[in-house]
Amino acid sequence: MSNEANLHGHTEIVTTHDVHHDEHHVHHQETFITKYIFSQDHKTIGKQFLITGIAWAVIGGLFSVLFRLQLGFPDQTFPILETFFGRYARGGQIQPEFYYALITMHGTVLVFFVLTAGLSGTFANLLIPLQCGARDMASPFLNMLSYWFFFLASVVMISSLFVSTGPASGGWTMYPPLSALGDANQGSKLGTDLWLVAMALFVVSSLLGGLNYISTILNMRTKGMSMTRLPLTIWALFFTAILGVLSFPVLLSGFILLLFDRNLGTSFYLSDIFVSQTGQALANEGGSAILYQHLFWFLGHPEVYIIILPSMGIVSEVLAVNSRKPIFGYMAMVGSLFAITILAFLVWAHHMFVTGLNPFLGSIFVLLTLLIAVPSAIKVFNWLTTLWRGNIRFTPATLFSIGFVSLFISGGLTGIFLGNSTIDIHLHDTKFVVAHFHIVMGVASFFGMFAGVYHWFPKMFGRYLNNTLGFIHFWVTIIGAYLIFWPMHYEGLAGVPRRYLDLSGWHNFNHFGELNKMITVVSIIVFAVQLMFIFNFFYSVFKGRKVRHQNPWGATTLDWTTPIRPGHGNWTGEIPEVHRWAYDYGKDGREFIPQTEPIGKGESHH
Amino acid sequence: MQTFFIVLILAFGFLITFQIAKASEYVAVLRGEEKARKQTNRINAFLLLAFLVVGLIGVYYCNERLKGKILGESASLQGEKIDTMLYISLAITGVVFFITQILLFWFAYKYQESDKRKAYYYPHNNKLEIIWTVIPAIALTALVGFGIYYWFKITGDAPQNAMQVEVTGSQFKWEFRYPGRDGVFGKKYYKNISPEKSNPLGQLWDDPYNHDDAITTELHLVVNKPVKLIIGSKDVIHDVGLTAFRMKMDAVPGTPTTMWFTPKFTTKQMIEKSGDPDFVYELSCDQMCGKGHYGMRGVVIVETQEEYDRWIVSQKSQYSLAHPEATPQKTPPADSTKGVAVILKN
Repeated sequence: MSNEANLHGHTEIVTTHDVHHDEHHVHHQETFITKYIFSQDHKTIGKQFLITGIAWAVIGGLFSVLFRLQLGFPDQTFPILETFFGRYARGGQIQPEFYYALITMHGTVLVFFVLTAGLSGTFANLLIPLQCGARDMASPFLNMLSYWFFFLASVVMISSLFVSTGPASGGWTMYPPLSALGDANQGSKLGTDLWLVAMALFVVSSLLGGLNYISTILNMRTKGMSMTRLPLTIWALFFTAILGVLSFPVLLSGFILLLFDRNLGTSFYLSDIFVSQTGQALANEGGSAILYQHLFWFLGHPEVYIIILPSMGIVSEVLAVNSRKPIFGYMAMVGSLFAITILAFLVWAHHMFVTGLNPFLGSIFVLLTLLIAVPSAIKVFNWLTTLWRGNIRFTPATLFSIGFVSLFISGGLTGIFLGNSTIDIHLHDTKFVVAHFHIVMGVASFFGMFAGVYHWFPKMFGRYLNNTLGFIHFWVTIIGAYLIFWPMHYEGLAGVPRRYLDLSGWHNFNHFGELNKMITVVSIIVFAVQLMFIFNFFYSVFKGRKVRHQNPWGATTLDWTTPIRPGHGNWTGEIPEVHRWAYDYGKDGREFIPQTEPIGKGESHH
Repeated sequence: MQTFFIVLILAFGFLITFQIAKASEYVAVLRGEEKARKQTNRINAFLLLAFLVVGLIGVYYCNERLKGKILGESASLQGEKIDTMLYISLAITGVVFFITQILLFWFAYKYQESDKRKAYYYPHNNKLEIIWTVIPAIALTALVGFGIYYWFKITGDAPQNAMQVEVTGSQFKWEFRYPGRDGVFGKKYYKNISPEKSNPLGQLWDDPYNHDDAITTELHLVVNKPVKLIIGSKDVIHDVGLTAFRMKMDAVPGTPTTMWFTPKFTTKQMIEKSGDPDFVYELSCDQMCGKGHYGMRGVVIVETQEEYDRWIVSQKSQYSLAHPEATPQKTPPADSTKGVAVILKN
């Protein structure tokens, strides 16, 4: 289905079409507000998501530095903390309520606001129209709303940090009854209501975006761009959007019921509760606290794939481009993405093995969970084979992609421990879990995101990021990530529970003081290097080396057939037609063959 | 002041780094971008290889440093199965880890850009792909098989001779209820909970089974005797975490859960075994439960049958504590069997 065919009757896009015939005319029409704020250009919206995501990443990362200070140096005082946070850091020490608020917000911010909105939002917006060959999204207006709902969610979430009873502090999973009872937990007062409202707005944003991504990929590909000619980035973003559209509404329903329980006296999650702080037994009976966990993890597990799939797509693309080789096993890559998407919906209860879940049900979830390792293994082997006998250029994006594969292996393998209910009895809710998901979903996804930023920065801003800073960024981050999270597995094996801010009262957990100090110091260094990256980012937006070549990486995909600084509508003149798949690198002795080049007469078949 | 200096040093270091980075860009332009790029390419390729080697040494070193601080022999029979499963998984994933990481960084180093090499056009190979679908599938089948086998062994019904203890979590403490001589827990209802009236668990006093139930603050278990814990919570979700026994189960308000295991060593034996005179079995809350979560600690004492018997008779029944005036002499739970029998006849 060609994009041009869709244009008839679409006044929106027809005007953008005019842009290219009469650029001056349009320049006068676009004000600062329509161009940079309420923009409907997918590229601008992508940048808005990215920059908002960066702001959130700084906040979320700073929170982790603060609670790492407590974990690494539980006996020391930091008077500067009291200066900034007042009673939350009385005497220069992080108070328990503050600690729990910090970890809750760290999790929420990083999982949803950075690695979902910041990652999918950025690259789906930027790449889907560019790589499919479309002038814009199916609905640029809804796309704009998607960002502004995200922005609204951000405002509400930020405001929750400033209420007098503090932000939500029930853990990022927000399990009731803890999150439902303001009397049992300071953060479960107004902070949690604001948290829930912000998340509801976030779900709306995510659905508007996701529906748009799906319809654009299905309907607006340029002539000749069959689904099997799409780059893997688009496949990955496509499955990500499907996961989000099918699972976020379930999360929303879970949140709404929680709002009802909190404010309207319903008993969906509450039963048999006596709050010792007030000495009151609550009237609620017959609810099930576990119901919430089912609703939460029905999104919660797909969510980790929502986070990692875009990175997988980016890494596949970057590795192929910079190995100067086709991605190995394209169809297997698509197939394994598909398998992961299906299985992602069938494994949620592996987060609940020790909730009293029926053991038989548990065993089914063990089977389905460990099955995911098969498509994951296929992906890893295919990436390895893509590197094999390549001619690899180590741009910062390539390095981050290689780092991604390394972290994905390390973190993926520990998932095999946790997905096995027998071992999970021992490791559940210990630091092992923290180490596992930070490596595989946190750091690995960040690596994919960094790879994407370094690789497509020239497309976004017409300038390059500084390479030397990029290399420092990569090396410090990967070494730091392993130093922080590798030894943390051992703490988990020793049974140290997560979400403990002070181990000094425990005889069996209190022998990791040195280790925790080391981890804290390294995380501060890593955080500082991320700030350096952000500096590099903004400096290079304005002062970076200019891109002079339309296709700086020698890539085959359509995004590099647009002008160096594409306007709204992406291509001047006709949208190019596609004649081949996206991975003709090194074919028939040629460096690369763009997708737009017709198949030659004597060309070999792959 | 110290903080100020640290910030100053960081800012300074950053400034220098940035200047070097910027300068390197100019130098690259002067020397010819292509040449400079190729040089950094070689440096990064070498660093990747170095990272692999240093990383593998680091993995070994980390293990040497920390392996003595984890696990130790499981203190329960069921925990042995969990440890076995852990080691099976470790063996299989360990092999995969080393092979794939070595290949990844080795390929990156070996196939770094070189003018002499042309990338090999190799889009797919069905045979290879089938091989690396089937092998992981077989390995995982083995893991699933072992896993589910042990899982059913551990989560199956508790043996008939198991002693029973009720564990109740609340912010931020643990309470344990023993059923007394009759071996039956009396009924309770959460609206009857009243610490002021000495009824912390909401027992129904008109249920005679309650009259000999004792509530304790320590969990006493008998070595080599299976114990079934009946777990509940008064307020939010807690979790009974028994690291030494490798056991864990959530405490959910409104939905009782159970877990059983057989302790292998008494506390005294563990003191000898570990050479640590202060050793104590700890019960940790493993599910985030509020600001005191990190201090929600319980003490577990495993002892011989005789020691246990001596201890349990010294525990007063909660009924007697709640009714000091009504029960002048029929207090200890050990004697309460008769009283119960009488009331039951009525």
